[in-house]
Order: sequence, then structure tokens, then C-alpha cells
Amino acid sequence: MKIDRRCFLSFVIGGALGTALTPVPWKLTDDIAIWTQNWPWTPVPEEGPSIYKKSVCTICSGGGCGINVRTIKGQAKKIEGQPDYPVNRGSICPLGISATQHLYGPSRIQSPLKRAGKRGEGRWEKISWDEAISTVSEKLSALRNQKKPHTVTCIAGSDRGTVAYLLERFLTAYGSPNFIRALSSFDAYELAFSLTQGQQGTLGYDLANSDFIVSFGAELMDGWGTAGQMFSLYPGNGKKSNLVQVEPRLSDTAAMANQWIAAKPGTESALALGIAHVIVRDNLYNKNFINNHCFGFEDWEDKNGKAHQGYRSLLRQYPPAKVAETTGIDKGTIESLARGFARAKRPVAIGGRGGHLASGGLDEALAVQALNALVGNINQPGGVVVVPEPDYLSWSEMKTDKTASEGLRQPRIDEAGTDKFPNTRFLLNRIPEAINRAKGESPIQALLVTGGNPLYTMPNTEAAKKAFDKIPFIASFSTYMDETAQHADILLPNHHFLERYEDVPTPAGTPTRVIGLTRPVVKPRFDTLHIGDVIIRIAGSLGGFIGQAFPWKNYQEFLKQTLSKQWETLEKQGYWVDSEFIPPRWARAFNTPSGKYEFYPQERNNPSGKDTDALPGFRPADLPGNPDKMPLTLLPYSSIRIAGGAVANPPFMTKTVDADVIRNNDIFVELNPGTAKKLGFSEGDAAILKTPAGEARVRIHLFEGLMPGLVAMPTGLGRNAFSSYIAGKGANVNALLADIAEPGSGLNKAWASRASLVKA
Amino acid sequence: MSTQSDNQTASAVNRSSGWVIFVFFLIGLIASMITGWTAFPKLLYSTKEQPIDFSHKVHIEQLGDCRACHFFRDDGSFSGAPSLDECKDCHMYPMTGNPNEQKFIEEYIEKDKEVPWLNYAEQPPCVFFSHAAHVKGSDMQCETCHGDMGHSDSLREYQENRITGYSRDIWGYSMLPIGEAEHGPRQKMNDCAACHLKKTGSKGDCFQCHK
Repeated sequence: MKIDRRCFLSFVIGGALGTALTPVPWKLTDDIAIWTQNWPWTPVPEEGPSIYKKSVCTICSGGGCGINVRTIKGQAKKIEGQPDYPVNRGSICPLGISATQHLYGPSRIQSPLKRAGKRGEGRWEKISWDEAISTVSEKLSALRNQKKPHTVTCIAGSDRGTVAYLLERFLTAYGSPNFIRALSSFDAYELAFSLTQGQQGTLGYDLANSDFIVSFGAELMDGWGTAGQMFSLYPGNGKKSNLVQVEPRLSDTAAMANQWIAAKPGTESALALGIAHVIVRDNLYNKNFINNHCFGFEDWEDKNGKAHQGYRSLLRQYPPAKVAETTGIDKGTIESLARGFARAKRPVAIGGRGGHLASGGLDEALAVQALNALVGNINQPGGVVVVPEPDYLSWSEMKTDKTASEGLRQPRIDEAGTDKFPNTRFLLNRIPEAINRAKGESPIQALLVTGGNPLYTMPNTEAAKKAFDKIPFIASFSTYMDETAQHADILLPNHHFLERYEDVPTPAGTPTRVIGLTRPVVKPRFDTLHIGDVIIRIAGSLGGFIGQAFPWKNYQEFLKQTLSKQWETLEKQGYWVDSEFIPPRWARAFNTPSGKYEFYPQERNNPSGKDTDALPGFRPADLPGNPDKMPLTLLPYSSIRIAGGAVANPPFMTKTVDADVIRNNDIFVELNPGTAKKLGFSEGDAAILKTPAGEARVRIHLFEGLMPGLVAMPTGLGRNAFSSYIAGKGANVNALLADIAEPGSGLNKAWASRASLVKA
Repeated sequence: MSTQSDNQTASAVNRSSGWVIFVFFLIGLIASMITGWTAFPKLLYSTKEQPIDFSHKVHIEQLGDCRACHFFRDDGSFSGAPSLDECKDCHMYPMTGNPNEQKFIEEYIEKDKEVPWLNYAEQPPCVFFSHAAHVKGSDMQCETCHGDMGHSDSLREYQENRITGYSRDIWGYSMLPIGEAEHGPRQKMNDCAACHLKKTGSKGDCFQCHK
């Protein structure tokens, strides 16, 4: 018997056949398939009983929807709207729903970091909190020693609530007047209210009780104000309303409206004045309000006997025929809209473009607000109301030393509140120019960014970035590695909002006075620290009067003491409603020089001295760029499925965006088919979109809902920070927009940009 | 000139004969079949003891119903094995003098440590299963899927698949899916689908369980 290779092969073949006749291969295949799902890095959700925790969502700039967070074993699982919360009544937006992905996602800054490479290079060195706080304190201390405290600037996401209060208090004690709120579409409207009514506060629109809403470009269902609140109000939720949407693009809001009026973009104020013309001409205005509680409606004489033009005679310049020509809207439509508005029981006119855009000047806001005054629905059910600033922040005044007092006397760097723009409170958009204009060193020597992510949200972002490069020291307190944090020198990460305490005063758009309480739903995941605690610690290490101005042990103690009256209610139900807040009656409502509602705002900064420049008017922005070379107009638009503000879309939310808005990494811009045909574009074509501010690679999507001659581009895409799952998708429309300071107010009135499209 | 044919002759002489090759084939065949049917299942599973020997029978007698410990939470989710807090409701202090109870109190209650029960019916996390839909929605009995667990006086040994880490109950003790399984029906995907097909007329869609 000879045993050779062939015997062996035969043995192997027999073995293989035999094995195939056993369960081994089938069972092993199945087991290995299951084994591959057991990788240790595959996240497996905890199981166990659900515990719901109440808090308030502050992830967006409008921030302030009550939420119920389902947690299992200390992990946040799902964010739901809190049904009894007085702002959003259980509704919540996609960004709020997917906020857990930001909590657990890779965009978080996990500990204090110090820049190791060049600015923006992304190389960081981990440092301790003690080192981070002493680095900032030493820098600030050195600037004070050089008598330059006013060169410290703080950019914050909000100017309300305890955290903003601590920041402002810190700057005051330190000696800087430069506290700047991030840009928002409410800037112009808040200013209009303060000039016409003499009241500072947030704007409340009682849309729930209004029976005729005219929205001048406010994309109510696309992220305007507090998105959750808008959802809860939409007529589809069981309430019949009458929404007229004025917008050059068929947005989701326009699609849901009862009537869509596509006025030429930028002519909204002309339309508002045209409507007012019809109301006044036909005597449809509220006689009681106009005759007894208004100033500047009729022509008037000042103390020196000088005659001034009133609102009524101004309106003669805006007859429907002329307005029809300006706006491109049929004369009959203007007439019927005016009559419908004036004859409604509780009509309201509302403005503020987009959800997050900071465009639109004071003129437009005054023109829209004048309509509300004409029908007398100020401080009335279904109307508009100014919700005053929270009054719980009434800590005793602090002492300031000589250095601080001198610093506080310096003019603000953004020129808000100076002789140039005396009415305006914050002008973040003016900062890059202020830096570039300065001879020698930058007027900002240290920048503290606590919110707003300016290097993504500011118009002409690249220019802003270049200006920021001249600032020698930038500290970011961002929770996420956002575009601004990426360009900072030191990072002091704040807790995620699901990990921290914070008060949330009345959010924009809400007509009631409410305080919400953001509470830790989960334990902090990383080595982060509450921004309030950081400020208190920095103040402590600077010592002197600054340290004395912050006598609290920590932020939580400060918050509890500040809200001592409301704390019990806040702990129990998560919010507190000021039941005593009733909008004041007309006789006592206005704190203007005349004590009345001022159609002619006497306090308005008016360098020319002409009456027409004090009254609202249609003064179209002269957009930069050569119209022959850039014949198109780039129009940014908001989408409820794309977070356009400081915080980027989490990947879950990006999944909801249609493939004709973003596909892979390509962003689509909308073009009317007629315009596309003229330019030789068809669906899906690649193109280069150029504006005076920059250019971007885009694809074309044909959309009949867009007015010819426009290019519409969504806000919120083109991030280049956060994480690899978020960055690099499309282009940032802010980088393509310009900043045009409105004379008198300094607000950015560039609602769009000239643009051209060439084939790529 | 004749080198090639010489070589051929030599290799023919050296070659093993046909029946030898067949014998080797048979050896391979039979050895692999024996290994595959008897040794492989033994190798594949490790045997583990439950941390505490627990009598379902005693508890059923005392409490009357499975749902006393395996209950639905208010939100409709199923509690599964009771947590230490639920056990504490009765067993904060010894009730019977049973050595297992003694061990349970000393090692878990006093140390406030959850009992690491080995779950015979554990499915991978990629499988969504709703007890509420089956028990409440379709009035199914616990025994239909879990066998006669309620009357067992002692916890049987737990066989863990060395590759997947899941219980042998899921595949079934027999390697072949034939005949009645020992401890309640098998719980592989096809078993779910077969029952659904029988009861509802459809195997169901992928995303019903794999969400």
C-alpha cells in the first residue's frame, strides 16, 4: 500500500464533503454574521426604564422651546416637545429633535485646549482648566495694566438671561463697553419698536389670536423666531388663520399660506407703504388709536415752529399704481390686500427675513410696524407687544476702578450707540471694517466669543476671518468645534445645553412673559465647565473690584439667588409665567418723547435732517457689483431642515434634506427655468456662482417657484468645522453676501447680493 | 529518448491504487461527519451557571403571575428580568432561610449590586422586539415563546455560544431545526417569520424588526 499525495487529497475531499454534510459551515456562517455585529465600538443603547426630564432647548439662536427628554440609565435617548410649555406647546423643530446627536457626536470639544499650530490649522494641546483660566486672566490683566481694557470685546449669542448678564457685568467691572450680540433678523425690528414705542424688549406677536397675518418675507414655518412656537401655531394644527406671505420664492411658508404674493425682493417696504396708502386713503385706519395715541401721523410743527411732514402726507408718494410698478405686484392685489388687512378683526403685519439672516434695515421694519399701528393692534389680542427685558437681574450696582471707568468711556468698536449710530445697540457686522480701518494695532486686542459663531454666520465671512486674524487673542467658549472655535487661540468649552443649568427668558416672537429653566438632563460627558463658572473664576483671579463684583460661589448659586422668587416653580414645572404681565393700555404704553406711538420717530438718528429720512421709506439698497457682469441676484433662503445659525445640522437632520438641495457634497442653487434657459443651464448642471464677496461651486436646480433673475441658495450649508460628518457639504451662502450699512442705523440692509453663474 | 516513458512507468508503479484512495476518502468523510455532528456543538458552546439558583415555581406560587416581576412599564416597554430594586421589595431581609436567598442577600442586596442574570432569550441589539405587541396586542402566553419556565424549580445551565456570546436557546439545542425544541421554540429570524406567516399570513417586512 502506497500512501501519497493523491491519498491526502482524497482525504481532504472526503473531509470537505463530510463537513458540508454537517451543520458546521451553516452554523459557523450564521454565528460569524452575528459576531460581526458585536464589535466593541458599535454603540448599543442601554435598556431600562425611561425617565423623562423637563428642560428647555437652547440649541438655536431663537432658542427657548420646552422639551421632555427621555433618558435611560443616564443617557439621553429622545427629545420631545413639552406639551404644556407656554412657548411651543409641545411642538419642536428638527434641530431640537436631533440635538442628542450633537451631545454624543464627535463635534464636541472635550477639554480646554490651547492652539499648538498656526491659527486654523487644527492642532491643539490639551490643557487643564486652571491653566486655561489663568491664561485668559493673565491676558486680560496685561491689557488692563496697559490701560487698554476697552480693547476687550465679547461676542455673545444673546443679550438676555443670566449668562449674558454675567458677561456684561464682567466687561463693565473690567472696563470695556464692547459687549456685542450676534446678528439676528430681529435687530432691525427691536430698534423699530424702541423708536416708535420707546420700549426695549423682545417682540411678541400674538399669532394664535390673529385672524389676518401679513408676513413681509418672514419665513414663519422655515425657522423664523422660535420654530417650535411657529409649528404649534400653524393653521394646520387645527386653527384657521389667514396668512399672506410676501416673498419672491415659494418657500414652505408661502406654500402653506392662504395667499402668496411674490413681490420683487427688496421692495417689501414699498409694498407696506402702498398698503398703508390704501388704508389711509379709504379711511380704514383705527381712528381712536391714530387720533389719541399717535404722533407724527399728520404734519406737525416742532417747538421752534418748524413744519414737519407727517406719515399721512408721506404716503402720498406711494400710490398703488406706483407701488405696483416698484414691487411688480398687480395694483388690484395691493388694494384688496390693504382692505382685507384693515377690515380684519385682529390683523398683524410681521417681518424679519428668514430664520437666521441678519439683513433688512430699519426702514423696512418701520414701514411694516406702521401697518400694525394703523389698525391699532398694538398691545391688543392678536397683535404685537413688546415684552420688556427680564426684571429678575437686579443685582446691586458694582464699583469700578479708574482704569475701568476710563475704559467704559471709550466709544464702542462697532460704533453702536456712538454719534454715528446712536440708536443701535449692537453692530457685529461693523466689526471687520472697524478692525481694517484702524491704523496700527487692531482696536480689538482680545476677543471672547461666547456664542453666535461669527466666522460662519457673518456676511462676507472670508473678509471677517481676515479681520479676525488681526486680533492677537481669541478665546472661544463654544461647546462644539465650530468655525470660530477653529480660529481661536484658546478653547474653554461650555457644557452642552443638556448638561447645564441656564435660565431662558421670553424667546423672540412670544407675546407672554415667561422664564424657562434649562436643566442638566445628563451628567457632563467631558471635561467641560459652565461658562458662568468660568466667568466667575476669571473675575476672581483678576481680583480687586472685578472679583468683588462676583461674590457668588458658582453659577448655580448665582442662578438660584437671582431667580429666588421663581425657583420653586421653575424646579417643579420647568417654566414660570408672569401672570401679572398684561400689555399696558395705550395711554401708558409709550415712552417716546411725545408719550405716544411715533409714526415720525423723533429719536431716530437722521443726519440729513430731512423729514423723509426720519419717516419710514423705500430706499432700495445699492447692492455692490457691476449689474452688467453680475446680472443675477443671489437670494439666501431658510429651510427648517437646515440649521442656518451658529450650530450646524447634525447628520440626522441633513438626511432629511432633499437631493435637489444637497447631493453628496454638492449644493444646488435654485433657478427659474426661464432664467436657466437664457443662461443655457439645465437641471443638475455644475456652475460657479460668483458674487463680489466670493465664489462657490454649485449645481443648478430648476424651480418654477422662484422669480426669474434670482438665484436662491439655502443658508446653513458649507460648514468647514464641527466634524468630518458635517463639514464640506456645499457652500456657505453668508460668505457670498455683502454688508451694506444703512445710514443712520448701521444695520446691514443687504438682503441679497449681485451674482453671476458660469458653467463649471 | 525513452526518458519520458521511463518516468511514466516509474510513476505508475509508485502510484497508490484506487481502493486506497477511496479508503482515505471515506476516512475523511466519516471523521469530519463525526466531528461536525458531535464534537463541534460541544466545542461551540461553553456552559455557564446562573449567579443564583432561582426557583420560578416558588415565586409563581407566592405571587401568582409572571407579571408580578416581569411587568410592562407605564410607557409600554417590557421590564425583562427584575432589577435589584424590585427584588428588594420583598428580599430586603431573609424570608425563608434558603441558602440561595442567603447568598443573594449577602452578595447582591447588601452590596447593592445588580444580579448579572444570564438571559436565555436575549436577542442581538439589531433586533427590535415588542413584548407589548405580542402579549397585549395578540394575547399570547409567556409559555408560547419561553417554554414552561414558570414551573421550573431551578435555573438550568446556560449555554453560551463562544462566537456570538448569545444563548443556545435561540438556535435550539439540536443542530438541525427539526422536531420540538427543548426549552420553548427556537428564536432565530426564520422561526419568527414562520410563526408570523402562519398567524398573520405574512413573514413581515425587514424594518419591522430591524429598525
